[in-house]
Amino acid sequence: MARIGVFVCHCGENIASVVDCERVAKISASLPGVTYATDYKYMCSDPGQDLIKSAIAEHNLNGVVVAACSPHMHETTFRKAAQQAGLNPYLCEMANIREHCSWVHDDHEKATQKAIDLVRIMVEKVRRNHPLEPVRVSVTKRALVIGGGIAGIQAALDMANGGIEVVLVEKEPSIGGHMAQLSETFPTLDCSQCILTPKMVEVAQHPNIKLYTYSEVENVSGFVGNFKVTVRKKARSVNMELCNGCGLCTQKCPSRKIPNEFDRGLSNRSAIYIPFPQAIPNKPVIDRDHCIHFKTGKCGVCEKVCGTKAIDFDQQDELVNEEVGAIVVATGYDLYNISMDQPNDKLEGYGEYGYGKYPDVIDGLQFERLLSATGPTGGKILRPSDGKEPKNVVFISCVGSRHNAKGITYCSKICCTYIAKHGMLYKHKVPDGNAYVFYMDVRTSGKRFDEFWRRAVEEDGLVYLRGRVSKIYEQDGHLIVKGADTLSGVAVEVEADLVVLATAIVPQPNIEKLFQNLGISYDEYNFVTEAHPKLRPVESSTAGIFLAGACHSPKDIPESVAQASAAASKALILLSKPELEREPLVAKVNEATCIGCFYCLRACPAKAITEKEIKNRAGEVLRKVSEVNPSVCTGCGTCVSVCFSNSIDLEGFTDEQIYAEINSVIERMSVIQQ
Amino acid sequence: MRFAYYPGCSLHSTAVEFDISTRAVAPLLGIELVEIPNWVCCGASPTHQRDSILSYALAVANFNKAELVNEQIGVQCASCYNNLRRALFELHHSDEIKKKVEKVAGLDFGNNVQVFHLLDVFRNQIGLEAIKEKVTHPLKGLNVAAYYGCLLTRPPEAVAFDDPEWPTSMDDILQTCGATMVDWPYKTECCGASLALSRTDVVQKLSHDILKMAKIHGADCIAVACPLCHSNLDLRQKSIEKKFAENLELPIFYYTQLMGLAFGLSGKELGLDKLIVNPWKLLEEKGIGSKKS
Repeated sequence: MARIGVFVCHCGENIASVVDCERVAKISASLPGVTYATDYKYMCSDPGQDLIKSAIAEHNLNGVVVAACSPHMHETTFRKAAQQAGLNPYLCEMANIREHCSWVHDDHEKATQKAIDLVRIMVEKVRRNHPLEPVRVSVTKRALVIGGGIAGIQAALDMANGGIEVVLVEKEPSIGGHMAQLSETFPTLDCSQCILTPKMVEVAQHPNIKLYTYSEVENVSGFVGNFKVTVRKKARSVNMELCNGCGLCTQKCPSRKIPNEFDRGLSNRSAIYIPFPQAIPNKPVIDRDHCIHFKTGKCGVCEKVCGTKAIDFDQQDELVNEEVGAIVVATGYDLYNISMDQPNDKLEGYGEYGYGKYPDVIDGLQFERLLSATGPTGGKILRPSDGKEPKNVVFISCVGSRHNAKGITYCSKICCTYIAKHGMLYKHKVPDGNAYVFYMDVRTSGKRFDEFWRRAVEEDGLVYLRGRVSKIYEQDGHLIVKGADTLSGVAVEVEADLVVLATAIVPQPNIEKLFQNLGISYDEYNFVTEAHPKLRPVESSTAGIFLAGACHSPKDIPESVAQASAAASKALILLSKPELEREPLVAKVNEATCIGCFYCLRACPAKAITEKEIKNRAGEVLRKVSEVNPSVCTGCGTCVSVCFSNSIDLEGFTDEQIYAEINSVIERMSVIQQ
Repeated sequence: MRFAYYPGCSLHSTAVEFDISTRAVAPLLGIELVEIPNWVCCGASPTHQRDSILSYALAVANFNKAELVNEQIGVQCASCYNNLRRALFELHHSDEIKKKVEKVAGLDFGNNVQVFHLLDVFRNQIGLEAIKEKVTHPLKGLNVAAYYGCLLTRPPEAVAFDDPEWPTSMDDILQTCGATMVDWPYKTECCGASLALSRTDVVQKLSHDILKMAKIHGADCIAVACPLCHSNLDLRQKSIEKKFAENLELPIFYYTQLMGLAFGLSGKELGLDKLIVNPWKLLEEKGIGSKKS
């Protein structure tokens, strides 16, 4: 006999301003199976939850319907409350009368009727609920971090220091990421390398960190607490154990005209190379696409000069398997290459700025390399075309960002502050030079960032012009920058020697393939989507996979580090439990009626279904049926819909419940029509 | 491929050679242009400055007339194109505007009308392959600066079929016709437009800058897709030369005239005799055509 309690929440005015909550409660009280119904201003508050708990005890309730917001918001809250009152939590359900009703309707009468219907539906469901017990699964107490930039480094160190073994995978030959390329960091102007490299060393030396560089995550399977990961260790062509990092090979390599990625093409490197002096590991790698030996079978100079016989031309890619319980995604960003060759139709490039055509039109990271003491100019500001010191430098913000017509609508967030930094550092190095900044808005939000850009203007004399640049072209050895100063309403033309474009921050190219492999959701720009924009910002849409840094959205260093530590602590929380509890809302096979067609086995996206042999007492196999592994099943219901013999049901969403819910509405509809 | 052809006032008067060359080139590419019977003003210039609703109402009047021929409208004048496309944009995006416009026009707006610039049609519907097949007299050695002006691609949300700041469709077409396209920065600079009447000095300055920039980058001539650009660059070129004491001598072609030359049409069939800056000296020098043929 059902004894259900209905609790109608006003949600302040969110629901009560449209829905007559008192009436909903009153009518709910008369529904079949309902013993008690009431309404309250904030059901999720402490007194609200107490109200539910005491009603359960007082009226001996065996089912609860909370008519309030979306179950995404508070299902856990109310199920916990029910549990505290001694009720099985899965006997508590929510009727969503906020998102599905009050927020989307204006007509008070109709909205109230709909709210009553929504309660009616849930009451019918709860009448057919039965107690469920959570599924328990074991946890592999190891973690994987994908990406060895500052976010990945921080997450790996935090987890490793927390006592967890961490596998860190970086696709480049060295960890460090973009932060290693930067000169000085805003707003304190401390040297990027000086604060980063100690952390890199710590990673390399940490007993709890297993580092795979020049490696990529090839495949991920499994589920929270029990992921199986395949890592491809790309052939380095150098035996890491034998190599002592002397660097002689890199000096003797005859193939030396390869654009240096670390300097973003502003210098050249050899085919066997160490990406930068502080690289971790500080051992070389052969770029097979440019190596003479790999192209022609000749040369082999590196092999000849190597004193430790570490060169291994025959080295092959290696696949290694790792088991982990949690994953932190920290794949970082790239800069939007605005030249005319674009990877997809969504992006058009900026032909009018001549990036790629004029050597003295460069992007923000290239300027970082010019500023950096380890850069191609040793930290002197010399322009790429002729090596002269530029006396007029133009910085342009929002190149690619915030531009609907050109494909990227979002703000890249860090540019306004780094432009102020660029201008400031330029003026420190070239005091008699002029720095002009074209901007749309100055968005230097962050601790002490606004003071920082004011300092750039007031103390260092950067000239800020509010307006966009329409075109850049070369004339008589100068770059003519044509723009507008919309504050004074005039067209502006600057004869520049160097132009620095703050191009948009975009995710790593083709990164969506990894995200698909991980089964995490991402947005139209390929940034990873967080589980909740406010309350779960470092969790992905998939349990056990966390996110850190600019793979989520454009971020500066402090934010990336904060997010990395947050992701690490979330992962540590997960891994601190002896075993995990999973929602028992999983598929269940009726072995008596299963005909063993195994359509479900093929349809299951989670690979949770296996064949099970039914044997007699003599141990002879009578027939085979499907079996669901509850720790793998995600409760998606695909198997239920493909089952020919109606032998699978989803706990918490049984056919009986769903039909009862539908019937309850249909019955009322037919009453109205009569 | 059939289009309701909207020539607009310029192509019936000052830019008649644009009309002539369009009608000559289009059929060769399998495009049938049927002029919209009794078309009226597109709503540009004085109208849209004065009252946007009236401007859109004129557009709706034209759409109604066009629907009798075809729902796809082909336009050549950049200003007509811009105005009709902007009217479409507003009508599709605001019910309030649509209601007002329908009331003023006394007509209903059918949602199915589409407006294309023929440059878009040539580049993206006909395609470069098909154009290439028609080229019999490649424009070999002719250095052309493609000039798009301000109206063809902006504002992008309403009109653009190409990159708003760095369009390439005219470059692509003329390159396919054998011309050498000049890489120059002033593709979308303002020529001064209708200030020609009220502030001729401004137009002279702006148009001079465009002509000069084309010249600096090695252009022999400029190709345009807008009657007003054409008149500012062509008709006023003599006065600009005088004012700035410079010898420019840059023939200004409609892009369809150059396409026609590549397709083997004669100067007469393309209205080359209507150009103010004499193109024949250049064309003969490059061996592309002669006035006599």
